[in-house]
Amino acid sequence: MENLSTLTDQALKLVEKADDLAALDHVRVEYLGKKGQLTALLKGLGRLSAEERPKVGAEINRAKQRIQDQITASKQRLEQAAVASKLAAETIDVTLPGRGGDSGGLHPVTRTLERMTALFAVAGYTVEEGPEIEDDYHNFEALNIPAHHPARAMHDTFYIDAATMGRSGKTDSSASYVLRTHTSPVQVRTMENREPPIRIVCPGRVYRCDSDLTHTPMFHQLEGLVVDKGISFADLKGTVDQFIKAFFEADVPVRFRPSYFPFTEPSAEVDIQCTNCGGDGCRVCSHTGWLEIMGCGMVHPNVFKASGIDAQVYTGFAFGMGVERLAMLRYGVNDLRLFFENDLKFLKQF
Amino acid sequence: MKLSESWLREWVNPNLNTAELVEQITMAGLEVDATEAVAGAFSGVVVGEILSVEQHPNADKLRVCQVAGGAEVAQVVCGAPNARAGIKVPFATVGAKLPGNFKIKKAKLRGVESCGMLCAQTELEAGDDASGLWELPGDAPTGAVLQDFLGLNDTIIELDLTPNRGDCLSIKGVARDVGVLNRLPVVEPDIAPVSPGIDDTLPVTLEAGARCSRYVGRVIRNVDLSRSSPTWMQERLRRSGVRSIDPVVDVTNYVLLELGQPMHAFDLNTLEQGIVVRMARAGEPLKLLDGQDVKLSDDTLVIADAGKAVAMAGIMGGAETAVGAGTKDIFLESAFFDPIAIAGRARAYGLHTDSSHRFERGVDFRLQEQAVERATQLLLDIVGGAPGPVTVTELAEEVPTERRVTLRRERIHDGLGFAMDDADVVDILSRLGLTQLDGDAQGWTFGIPSYRFDIALEEDLLEELARIYGYNRLPTTSFSGQMRIQPQPETLRGLAALRQQLIARGYREAITYSFVDPALLKLLDPQAEPVTLQNPISAEMAVMRTTLWAGLVQAVLHNIHRQQSRVRLFEAGLRFVPGSRGLAQEPVLAGVIYGQRHAENWGQEADPSDFYDLKGDLESLLTLTGDEVAFSFVSAAHPALHPGQSAAILNNGTEVGYIGTIHPQIQQSLGLSQPIFLFEIAQSALREARLPKFRELSKFPEVRRDIAVIVDQSQPVETLRKVASKKAGDYLRELKVFDLYVGKGIDPHRKSVALGLTFQHPSRTLTEDEINASMDAVVRSLEVEFNATLR
Repeated sequence: MENLSTLTDQALKLVEKADDLAALDHVRVEYLGKKGQLTALLKGLGRLSAEERPKVGAEINRAKQRIQDQITASKQRLEQAAVASKLAAETIDVTLPGRGGDSGGLHPVTRTLERMTALFAVAGYTVEEGPEIEDDYHNFEALNIPAHHPARAMHDTFYIDAATMGRSGKTDSSASYVLRTHTSPVQVRTMENREPPIRIVCPGRVYRCDSDLTHTPMFHQLEGLVVDKGISFADLKGTVDQFIKAFFEADVPVRFRPSYFPFTEPSAEVDIQCTNCGGDGCRVCSHTGWLEIMGCGMVHPNVFKASGIDAQVYTGFAFGMGVERLAMLRYGVNDLRLFFENDLKFLKQF
Repeated sequence: MKLSESWLREWVNPNLNTAELVEQITMAGLEVDATEAVAGAFSGVVVGEILSVEQHPNADKLRVCQVAGGAEVAQVVCGAPNARAGIKVPFATVGAKLPGNFKIKKAKLRGVESCGMLCAQTELEAGDDASGLWELPGDAPTGAVLQDFLGLNDTIIELDLTPNRGDCLSIKGVARDVGVLNRLPVVEPDIAPVSPGIDDTLPVTLEAGARCSRYVGRVIRNVDLSRSSPTWMQERLRRSGVRSIDPVVDVTNYVLLELGQPMHAFDLNTLEQGIVVRMARAGEPLKLLDGQDVKLSDDTLVIADAGKAVAMAGIMGGAETAVGAGTKDIFLESAFFDPIAIAGRARAYGLHTDSSHRFERGVDFRLQEQAVERATQLLLDIVGGAPGPVTVTELAEEVPTERRVTLRRERIHDGLGFAMDDADVVDILSRLGLTQLDGDAQGWTFGIPSYRFDIALEEDLLEELARIYGYNRLPTTSFSGQMRIQPQPETLRGLAALRQQLIARGYREAITYSFVDPALLKLLDPQAEPVTLQNPISAEMAVMRTTLWAGLVQAVLHNIHRQQSRVRLFEAGLRFVPGSRGLAQEPVLAGVIYGQRHAENWGQEADPSDFYDLKGDLESLLTLTGDEVAFSFVSAAHPALHPGQSAAILNNGTEVGYIGTIHPQIQQSLGLSQPIFLFEIAQSALREARLPKFRELSKFPEVRRDIAVIVDQSQPVETLRKVASKKAGDYLRELKVFDLYVGKGIDPHRKSVALGLTFQHPSRTLTEDEINASMDAVVRSLEVEFNATLR
């Protein structure tokens, strides 16, 4: 059987030399196929004696298996190489930027307002809104600020030319209208329409006729109002304190200073320790170490009376703060006017 | 209000330094805005006396003075115009240090030796007068250290008082609170009544009821107005921000600052007969002290004589009856005017005076006599003269009475959150000048002093207790309440979701002013008659926006002018639309795009944006409602938009907004090289959402058929879609417009529209025949209704 071993060696050599799948298949057909040379040997077994036949047959089959194994191994190697080369050819630069990844963003005032209302929502406050062109009654009278009250001088009010407000039987021609100077009228409108317990926040635009480095004629406030039985000044202090610490995510020292708003009594200004210098005194806090951030107080009985709430049964507190002021402190913005220029270089930072 | 710390300390002198005092009163509600040293830091400056003056030999404007006051008479070269022999001035001797660490040395000025420097107020940072040397009073002791002589070791405290604390608009008032806070007695100056030397009086008639219920007057004859106010008084006035004018005016101002009673002095001989306090007659003329001629309105309270108005009561005196250099005899007025009678009047005439400021807030109605006596005492010291008796004219029934306020013990606990000791309650309120009238287990009744106009209710007493006890010592608590789950309709979409959608599509939120430039608004909304402000901040911010486009277009321009080539902005807010049914304040959402479709990127074409980019973004908002089929777009003209590229947005047939390309003429007048695309839609249309309703999923295969039809170019595709949808039958699941072709191979007036129709049956497989029948029906109807041909 020298022929068998020669054939086997030849076949194995050819398998080794085959460098693509076609050449490999060619070797398989040539030696192991139906008309292959090893197959031919098997076919010649009939010419052998009965004793020799099984032995030789087994030898031929072993040789066939050897070649087949070799072919399979080779085939796998070649296939892997083909995949590898295909993958190599498909390699891209993964560091190039993706397509259409341009996302927008909220205005920092909205971002701040959403954060504030979310903090209050967890404590059960709902959001109320009101008109921005407001009648004198809701902006002033109902808030215990009668005409000619010196407190009106604290509000640089924009007055509306009533003749330009459209015609309506409903619009009282003798009433005068203003751009609301604070969000407090929403308190009154809510109390007019709802029974206590009331727990609301009122975000929105307000207007003052004042424009310089530190004032814009429009800005935003968030007003809060709680009316229920047994609400005390201590509850107001607790609420304000909790809000400030939650908003700034820091244990900021807070102090309450007696002040005056016609619609609250007692009234307080709330100062926080300067977030910029930590109370040492700097330009931001005018070297006082404190920043004034909101006004608050217990709802004045006259306001309850105007809104139809029984001041003998209910008490309440209200607070109001400037949203831009809080946004400036939180994000370190140093120029109020930037909020309304809508410069993309500014907006993209939020 | 500015006040001198040393003056205050004459009344009450707590053991606190300036910073501690300022902190204490700030925390008691008298907010200190600023403190300022009365003079700069300097040393070596004495009272100098100019003995002689000679012209400088080499300089026209310089003079050579011999000055006493230092160790020996010194020669000083000086350029001040008022340098003259005999006057006393601040003299910085050799070795002195002036503010700014400026050292005075011996020097030669144009060849003449100068040993020291004579100073103006500004050089010592002790005032604003830079016109020449600071002339000190003739009796100033030559050689005295200037700070000691003038008491310059003092601080000006600037108080920003809230309008309720009119009682603190004086040294007396602030001292009262400081005394309470420190449990110290307050020492008033000795104000003894001055006995009359003559019998002269001036008759006073009160004709305006409660507006003026008390009027105290006094005649003083033979005053000598050639004298000037003493230095100490001038200094106190200066430190309070008041200019010294003449001794009579200075004294009335001094009393106002000291006691809080505004006073007025008339030249007695210019008054005809007597004083009448009455309402002005409409149009009545009055020439005011400041030279202004006013026509009075009939809501103004005036002081008149027999013939004419001579002063605007509580606001400003008249020029004709004012005290002047030639005045011999004066009449002093110290009256109580009701705050309601004065409030707002000064402002109506464009005035604001120290007097009106106080009367508007409330002046102690028991103070008038004391003020007259104090003024008399000071005047006699300075200008001499013979005083007549004090006359008090009163409408007894109109004079305010001291209020009584009851304080319930339980209200302290309920209101402040803790039980204050009874002793503390009574102590604090008594020290504030309240009188305990009554007290039992329930609480107390207090009499309110005549100077506290702000205390009328129980709550006001709570505030006083809290203020004096200290707001920051009060407890801090968390209240509890019902935590009911509130109704929250799922069909009411929050604005936040709409904002997030636009942000995800690359928009930045803008916030623009609600008042806009009328010219720009006219361009964008020419038919609007906007709400107008009576007192706008500027002509460019004079009208209320009737569309958010005005602000957004301006924001786009702002960014284009700052080299931005691609802008996508939106804004949510109110627009103000006057109409036949009154003013509508409508919440709308508006968006604007400009520039490239995509942000500049290596992998995307730099195509310009068009109408459909914006429409796609808007449609994504409509989809959020879950009811986008309720919306449609119809071609409609809008004055701000390109007539061929604008649509009204309809919600169930009602117009809720507009979308389009800016009108090319407006684009040109705004100086834009590329168009802007804009939309504005009522928030109400976007915030009502549909509650999802489940439909069974079909397990059977979908079949899709595509057709292309050629129709007239002017034919809106939306109508084709609607007809095709209707004719396709019940099993049509989806209809897409997947291609649009205009050009070669097609009649130039026509276009090819490719429609993809997907069919599916919920419970079985559709047959070929059924689908063919549906498609035939679609094609036939398109042929009939739109003259369509299959491509």
